[in-house]
Formats: sequence, structure tokens, C-alpha cells
Amino acid sequence: MAPGSTPISSTRRRANASAAWMAGFERLGWVVASLLAFVALWQVIAMIANDVRRFPTPAAVLETVMQLAASGALWSNIGVTLVRVALAFFSAMIIGSVIGILLGKYPRVDRFFDPWLVLFLNLPAIVTITLCFIWGGLTQTAAVTAVALNKIPSAAVTLREGTRALSRDLNEMALIYKFGWWKTLRHVTIPQLAPYFAGAARTGLALIWKIVLVVEAFGGNGRGVGYQIFIAFQEFDVSTILAYALAFILIVQIIEFTVLQPLLARVNRWRR
Amino acid sequence: MAAVMGSTLTEPIKIRVDRKVFPAVGERDEQLVLSNVAFEVEPRSFLVLTGPSGCGKSTLLNIVAGLDTDYEGAIDLGPGKDRMTYIFQSPRLLPWRTVYDNILLALPDGDPRVANIPAMLARVGLTEAANAYPERLSLGMQRRASLARGFILEPDILLMDEPFVSLDDPTAQSLRQLLIELWNSHPTTVIFVTHDRAEAVQLGTRILRLAPGRASVVQDARVRLTPAERLDRAVVLAEQTRIFAAA
Ligand SMILES: Nc1ncnc2c1ncn2[C@@H]1O[C@H](COP(=O)(O)OP(=O)(O)OP(=O)(O)O)[C@@H](O)[C@H]1O
Ligand SMILES: [Mg+2]
Repeated sequence: MAPGSTPISSTRRRANASAAWMAGFERLGWVVASLLAFVALWQVIAMIANDVRRFPTPAAVLETVMQLAASGALWSNIGVTLVRVALAFFSAMIIGSVIGILLGKYPRVDRFFDPWLVLFLNLPAIVTITLCFIWGGLTQTAAVTAVALNKIPSAAVTLREGTRALSRDLNEMALIYKFGWWKTLRHVTIPQLAPYFAGAARTGLALIWKIVLVVEAFGGNGRGVGYQIFIAFQEFDVSTILAYALAFILIVQIIEFTVLQPLLARVNRWRR
Repeated sequence: MAAVMGSTLTEPIKIRVDRKVFPAVGERDEQLVLSNVAFEVEPRSFLVLTGPSGCGKSTLLNIVAGLDTDYEGAIDLGPGKDRMTYIFQSPRLLPWRTVYDNILLALPDGDPRVANIPAMLARVGLTEAANAYPERLSLGMQRRASLARGFILEPDILLMDEPFVSLDDPTAQSLRQLLIELWNSHPTTVIFVTHDRAEAVQLGTRILRLAPGRASVVQDARVRLTPAERLDRAVVLAEQTRIFAAA
């Protein structure tokens, strides 16, 4: 009964496009089947647990999602969190990249600052978060800084790697053909660093999605998904926790597939 | 183009490399690649540098181009130094830009020579590949793109490092012809590296031979052929035998 199991007719498929379409359809089928199985399992466990408050059924969670969406709370809190994610993400990427490129470019600077980088890489997230709130108060800036600080060191390490790997051959070519700094940056350096930016962006976003909620729960000022989950935790309101989690996962996946993946495909289109 | 005729190319290029060593790395000892290499290249002449693999030809060209500054000696390119182009031993195209864009990028922004790109692409047989990315082309095609990129600039000083290797004979011959045309239509001083003795004689007005053990110039010969004679294989072969008899 799995969607992929329809018997394939013996007539040869002529168009490649139709084969690709079938493959996509089959993959989608597997995803749907897998998710349905997950929901079924959830339903069974919820029925055994028989405690709507601590282990709500999928239907109960869906209803909570609807209510939160109707009241507008869902959208406003997700909006607040997304703004924090965006601010933290872009500032971490920019600052981390600049640091990484400088370290990759100047080995002496790198030798001096490398221990600092190791220090920050190993600093537990909870320490940066508490310190940011102690020093910055329960403000938006402190929250965004706390999230960004957790990402900057690893972005710097990735971009340092990319900068070290820059092609000397192409740099010499740019020199001989008098590209100047702007043309060199745009046509020679940035395309070489693009895969490293992309790598840092992907792992960065994955980290930031998770850490932003912790930061909000910890130092929330009344708004944001993390803070709502924290309130729900105090009231043992599992249904609300799961409702926010589901909505959040959905948004993250939509961003991944509509923004990140097409961007990666575009950056890589020259490859063999 | 006509305006610059003869204006910049009045002084010879003066090359003097007293000593070039590559420092020891790991197990490998310090390596003396060039020592007491000194010569002048007359304006508009076509100098060929030849010698076995590893004797320091590319190293010398990198020094002349100003890419390698870690040597003892002095290079004076004269007034043509701002109109110098170096066609590297490897194509060095930007893999993320199309063939057309690679050539376009060699020109300063807004340069009118953009109009010459299609004709240049046709001349090197890459019209069809204009919008292809370099990594999807054969090495020979990449080489031709790199030649087009160098030639489009109509340089006063042209450094070339084995530009025609890995090309089939008719293609190589046609590109040599293109080089000669460029050299005739525009006052260019060429320094050309090759292993190929027939090519050296066919193109060069003067041949310098480097030898690995000596790290220096071991032969300096003039080629005495008229443009017509250069097209005659038998004459080229005879001149080649005369020049390289000592080698
Ligand atoms: N960056 C480098 N570091 C250390 N040694 C080098 C470096 N570049 C070249 N060499 C050494 O210098 C010598 C000359 O190299 P070069 O590339 O100039 O030779 P070539 O005459 O151009 O050879 P080919 O005809 O094979 O291109 C070689 O022995 C090479 O190993
Ligand atoms: Mg070489």
C-alpha cells in the first residue's frame, strides 16, 4: 500500500522528465507515509498514556495550533522569534566571516588569536547567554548578541579554512589582468568562498534555530516562541509547547526549501 | 591601436636574475633554479626560451611578470610594463564565469574592445562554447579561451608559457598563425616558452636555451628565417638542426 509500490508498466518510459517526476512523486510518497506512521504512533502512545494535559493527542495539538493561530498569538510570537533569528544570523555571519577571512589571510594574526577562538568555541552556550543578560539586561540586543555569539566562532573557523584554500593561481591571474580589488573580490574571491559561506550558513541556521528558543526562555521579555514555551512549561501545558514546536518546524523547513536550497543550487550551477 | 604604434616600444626589456633559490621544504634541500641569467629583449622581437622540464622557465617568466619578487637581480620592462600580458602554463580561467565573461573580465570596464570578443572567439574556435563554463570544456578548449583572453588586450609585452601544448596539430598551427598576425598587426615584444624545438624555430627571432644543471643560459641563437620560410617545414627543420646541433 506504500505509494511507491504501484507496478511499473512494461512500456518503456520515453521522456526523462516523466521519470524525474515519478521519482519526485515516489519520494514525496515516502515522506507522507513516514509522517502518517509517526502521527499514528503518537496517537497510540497518547491513548495508552490517557492524560490529555501531559500527553495530548495529535488532534488536541492541532486544535491548539488553530486556536493560537486564530488569536494571532502564534504569528506574532513566531514573527518576534524570526526577527531575532534574522538579526543574530546576519550579524554572526558578517562578523564571523570578517574574522575568519582576516585570520586566514594573516597567519601571524591567526597564531595570536587562535587560542581565543578555541576558548570561544568551547564556551558553553549557557555561559554566553547568562553573561549577555547580566551585562546587557533583558533587552533585545542582549538576546540577539547571546545567540550570535554562539555562532560567530564556528563561522570564523569555516571562513578561515576557505580563505586558506584560496587559489594563488587565480589571484596571480587577477593581478596580471589588472582586476583591481573590487573585481577581484567579486569575481575571484567571493565565488571561491561561496561554498564556505553556504556551509557556515547552513550549520549556523541549524544552531541558531535551537539556541534562540533557549535564549528567549531564559531572558524572554514576554514575547517570542521560546518565552511562550517557557510559560507553557510552568503550566504543564504540553499541548501549547507542541503546537509552537510544530509551527516552528514547519516555518524552518519552508525557509530551508524556498530560500536556502535554491540559493545553494544557484551558487553551484557552474560545477560539472 | 594605431596611436600607440611604436610609441611605447622603444626600449629593450632588461632582465637580470643573479640568483633565484627556492627554500628548503621538509626533506627537500634548498634549490638553486636560476643563477646569472641576464639578457635584453629587443623591442618587437620574439624571444623563445627553451630547455628541459624543470629547468626554471616558468620561474623566470613569473619573475619577469612581477609575480615572484623573491630573487636577487632586477627586471626593467621599460615603458610597455603597463601593457603586459602573461598567458600562463595552465589556463587559469574562472570556473564560475562563462568563457565569454572570462574574456570580458580581462578588459577594463567599458573598454571598446568588447566588440572584438565575438571575432576573437571565432578565431580560436570557441563561438559555440562562449556561454559554457570552463570546467565543462576540454583542456585544449580552456587553453584557447585563455589565449583569447590574453590576445584581446593587444599587449605591448606578451609572456607565454607553453601555450600550445595539448592541442592537436592543425589547431596549434592555426593559433600560431593568430599569434603571428597579432605580433605583426600590433607592436608586441614576445617572450615565449616552449619545449618544442620546431615551434621555437618557426616562431622565434631569437632562442635562449636554459639547462637544468647550470641554472643558466647555455645557448643564445638568432633565427635567420624570413616570414615565408617559416611556413616551409623543410627550411624550419634545417634551421632547427643548425641551431640545436650543439645541444
Ligand atoms: N613554488 C615552488 N617551490 C619550490 N620549488 C619550486 C617551486 N616552483 C618551482 N620549483 C622548482 O623549480 C624548478 C623549476 O621549475 P619551473 O616550473 O620553473 O620549471 P619549468 O622549466 O617551467 O618546467 P616545465 O617545462 O615542466 O614547465 C623545478 O625543479 C621545480 O621543482
Ligand atoms: Mg613551466
